[in-house]
Amino acid sequence: MSKEKGVIYRISGPVVTAIGISPRMYEVVRVGDEGLMGEVIELHGDQSVIQVYEETSGVRPGEPVIRTGQTLSVQLGPGLLTKIYDGIQRPLPELEKTMGVFITRGVDADGLDLEKNWQFKPTLKNGDSVSPGDIIGTVQETSTIEHRVMIPPGISGKIKEIKSGEFNVTQTICTLDDGNEIQMMQKWPVRTPRPFTKKHAPEVPLQTGQRILDFLFPLAKGGTAGIPGPFGSGKTVTQQQLAKWSDADIVVYIGCGERGNEMTEVLDEFPHLMDPKTGEALMNRTTMIANTSNMPVAAREASVYTGITIAEYFRDMGYDVALMADSTSRWAEAMREISSRLEEMPGEEGYPAYLSSRLAEFYERAGRVETLSGGDGSVSVIGAVSPPGGDISEPVSQGTLRIVKVFWGLDAGLARQRHFPAINWLSSYSLYPPSLDQWYRDNIKADFPEVRTQISSLLQVEAELQEIVQLVGSDALPVDQQLTLEVARMIREFFLQQNAFHDVDTYSDLKLQYTMAKAILSFQEESKKALAGGSALEDVVNVPARTDLMRGRFESGYEDRIEEMLEEMTKQISNTMEAN
Amino acid sequence: MTGKEYRTITDVKGPLVFLNKTEPVAFGEIVELRLSDGTLKNGQVLDTSDDQVIVQVFEGTASIDKQTGIKFLGDVFKLPVSKDMIGRILDGAGRPRDGGPSIVADEMADIIGAAINPYSRQSPSSFIQTGISAIDACTSLVRGQKLPIFSASGLPHNDIALQIARQAKLVDSDDDFVVVFCAMGITAEEYNFFVHDLERTGALENACLFVNLADDPAVERLITPRLALTAAEYLAFEHDYHVLVIYTDMTNYCESLRQIGAAREEVPGRRGYPGYMYTDLAMLYERAGLVKGKKGSITQFPILTMPGDDITHPIPDLSGYITEGQIVISRELHQKGIYPPINVLPSLSRLMNAGIGDGKTREDHKSVSDQLYAAYAQGRELRGLVAIVGEDALNERDLQLLKFADIFENQFLRQSRDEDRSIGEGTLDYAWELLSNIDTKYLVRLDQKWIDKYHPNEKKK
Ligand SMILES: Nc1ncnc2c1ncn2[C@@H]1O[C@H](COP(=O)(O)OP(=O)(O)OP(=O)(O)O)[C@@H](O)[C@H]1O
Ligand SMILES: [Mg+2]
Repeated sequence: MSKEKGVIYRISGPVVTAIGISPRMYEVVRVGDEGLMGEVIELHGDQSVIQVYEETSGVRPGEPVIRTGQTLSVQLGPGLLTKIYDGIQRPLPELEKTMGVFITRGVDADGLDLEKNWQFKPTLKNGDSVSPGDIIGTVQETSTIEHRVMIPPGISGKIKEIKSGEFNVTQTICTLDDGNEIQMMQKWPVRTPRPFTKKHAPEVPLQTGQRILDFLFPLAKGGTAGIPGPFGSGKTVTQQQLAKWSDADIVVYIGCGERGNEMTEVLDEFPHLMDPKTGEALMNRTTMIANTSNMPVAAREASVYTGITIAEYFRDMGYDVALMADSTSRWAEAMREISSRLEEMPGEEGYPAYLSSRLAEFYERAGRVETLSGGDGSVSVIGAVSPPGGDISEPVSQGTLRIVKVFWGLDAGLARQRHFPAINWLSSYSLYPPSLDQWYRDNIKADFPEVRTQISSLLQVEAELQEIVQLVGSDALPVDQQLTLEVARMIREFFLQQNAFHDVDTYSDLKLQYTMAKAILSFQEESKKALAGGSALEDVVNVPARTDLMRGRFESGYEDRIEEMLEEMTKQISNTMEAN
Repeated sequence: MTGKEYRTITDVKGPLVFLNKTEPVAFGEIVELRLSDGTLKNGQVLDTSDDQVIVQVFEGTASIDKQTGIKFLGDVFKLPVSKDMIGRILDGAGRPRDGGPSIVADEMADIIGAAINPYSRQSPSSFIQTGISAIDACTSLVRGQKLPIFSASGLPHNDIALQIARQAKLVDSDDDFVVVFCAMGITAEEYNFFVHDLERTGALENACLFVNLADDPAVERLITPRLALTAAEYLAFEHDYHVLVIYTDMTNYCESLRQIGAAREEVPGRRGYPGYMYTDLAMLYERAGLVKGKKGSITQFPILTMPGDDITHPIPDLSGYITEGQIVISRELHQKGIYPPINVLPSLSRLMNAGIGDGKTREDHKSVSDQLYAAYAQGRELRGLVAIVGEDALNERDLQLLKFADIFENQFLRQSRDEDRSIGEGTLDYAWELLSNIDTKYLVRLDQKWIDKYHPNEKKK
């Protein structure tokens, strides 16, 4: 380091200019008498431009700026799960202890609890050779998640001594022949992707229990999805549903520039929600990052990097990780705000010209990989987008859609009709089905992809018929087309609509989804037969068993009874012919 | 620190003053400007460096010249706060406006307001009865919520806000609300209307007003809501009050924000508003809520008028992205002579589910609300159809729904300005009575068990 200490030259909101030091780009510095944390984001002659992660009012030119020599990093190791952090990995409960309920400034807090002891069980022994990413032992971090302690990138050799027993994260648990000492905690610079061996094509779906997502527009493990939508259309509810019910091993939930109460809600709710597979509290697999809209924008900018680095770290252990970022638009706005303070040349709508490359770099950190140790892990990324006025022609939506493979388009009109999730089935898409279909055939049903195609084409046909109905009314349509409209309505109301707040309806597994879809198709089949046999459409669609079948989805044990209900419906429909 | 007066102004642009090298001035520091005729003005440092300082002048830059003396007061903007603020009327910069004495500070509070630690928040879940059926039934307000009124010029949003201020009560406790009222750029007439009403009903004794009127300095508007919220926080979190903050009109606030941005030659965001307007608004709206271990609460009721009645305009749009729902006032209903002209369809309370139901309002509340919404939505849609094909083309169900839309507007929505309906009898029972105009078989959103218990026909049996 050439020089340790300089002084503040200028302060403009979260951006501070220092002179008299020559730090590296992205180096962390301490700003002012209170030692506020900042990061160098531009070097400009003898000036270093710093974004400060805490409020800067009251800071004066002439106060000191001190280099730390470190780039912005997170602490990785046992103790990440069940935690809630701010954008720069300070645990919020720790901040509460030192600051009270309001977040003031100038307080540092370690991301990991450095005192806490963990039971470390080695999985390798003295004399084994190790290279980066190798798992040397495990710690039971929560009741469901085993933390796999890895050799950090850049280190390899032969194990001279590996220990077993209770250690905190900074104690040495393993020494290599060359004298390198390994602790459970490693640090990683957030803006640098963690290394892996190679990327695999995603071929396993991320099961979310949300019918419209899983069935029509699936996301793959290791895939990327964008959820744009106007305010109040359901971005947060959808993200929270994914955090609750998706079959990832680990969930990283980033509240980026959104509401404080929404984070509180997750904190209140998750410890009481049970994972449908393990029966354990969902909180045990979750890490949260909360940098709400009123917290400093520079830390908001950093929050998505903090989150994805933690996600990659668990991926490297061989886990499937799902990361939700709500909302990436607020992240982009933080970039815009900093950029404008730097007086950079603005691109579209004032966003910096590098907006789309930052978005691309972020989503690029998703993927299913072969880890350095030869394991299989994935990071799936789901980003909410909040377009102004709900119009997705704006730069953040467009920049996102160019990259992500799944588009779940939320629709203000549907939300207003209280059709939830308000995902538009005509404009949304997923590019994953071709690579996932084999999995569905093998694991759910051989004709799963065909059933999906039939359901989505019925919705397409409905859209075309609706145009005619607008002009002439539905009575003017031939009866088979009227039936098609009824079937499509059933798809919408019985299958696509799903109440996130209903204990039972909130989650449907893939098998049940398939059965429900088949039930709709057999309603269509049976009704066609009945109509051909002289039944009236009115009678066919109003058989009581159909209502029972549709309402049944709100009752527990539905998956066991649906077949029986379907049989009853079939019987009643065919009885309508005899009644004639 | 203080004392030295500088006369180094180089430029004056809009509400901003630029001056050359001074002592090291703090970012956000408060500034006193002395004009040649002795007038004093106040400002705040927006940008500071060894060479140049930029000051935003709250009272506007009229009459400022290069001879104007500038003193830096050594601290960021602080408001003297005390319990004695209750019952007082202060101006947009926090000075007495009612002829009363200055506030004797119990504490000097930084007006920027630190963010509440999300971990320290408590989820809002207590129902506030406003006595207005449309709100209580369909977009229930919860203690600690921020629920704006999206209105437009010429609509009776002020009456609604006042009615809420008068009638708001908690159903689960006897605690009263203290009202903190913040006026930003409203006309003297509107202001008088508020004050007279608060005086008439005695509510003024339980209120604290911060007033910046249309002819007061526009830039001052940027601090007025911060003062109001600082007072609210003090009362809520130091003295356990439940505080209802009403501020009007957010649109004027945003205009001032735009003015500062333009004067600084910032790259504008959508429609000329600064790119940081979302964050700036969030710094106000997020000061609502409840925190663990404190008895008090802050509930916010911001009023904004949508320019051109356009809900996608950046002011309502960015607000909607931050607040926990919105109450939308409709010109169409107003023109039909319905008060309060609340259109429940685009309105939403996101915290409603947490605040209603058994033990809070009533077990059937959610069902009733869903049913009202669905029936009214369908009825309104049918109005469009009838305009084209006539009523003859409708079946029995549709006819009933069509009629219900009128009943809903004329009886359920419509109430007088001093009518305070209780949630049980006044609102929910009334809703059942009106819904009984529709055949039970069409009321698919109502659970059978509630029909058995609350439907007037069943109850008579
Ligand atoms: N799947 C769902 N089931 C039931 N209700 C839903 C569902 N999705 C959304 N909603 C309703 O819509 C409201 C708004 O949803 P949400 O908060 O997710 O919107 P958002 O898109 O995140 O808005 P913002 O951009 O303002 O944050 C919820 O409070 C809830 O009432
Ligand atoms: Mg949201």
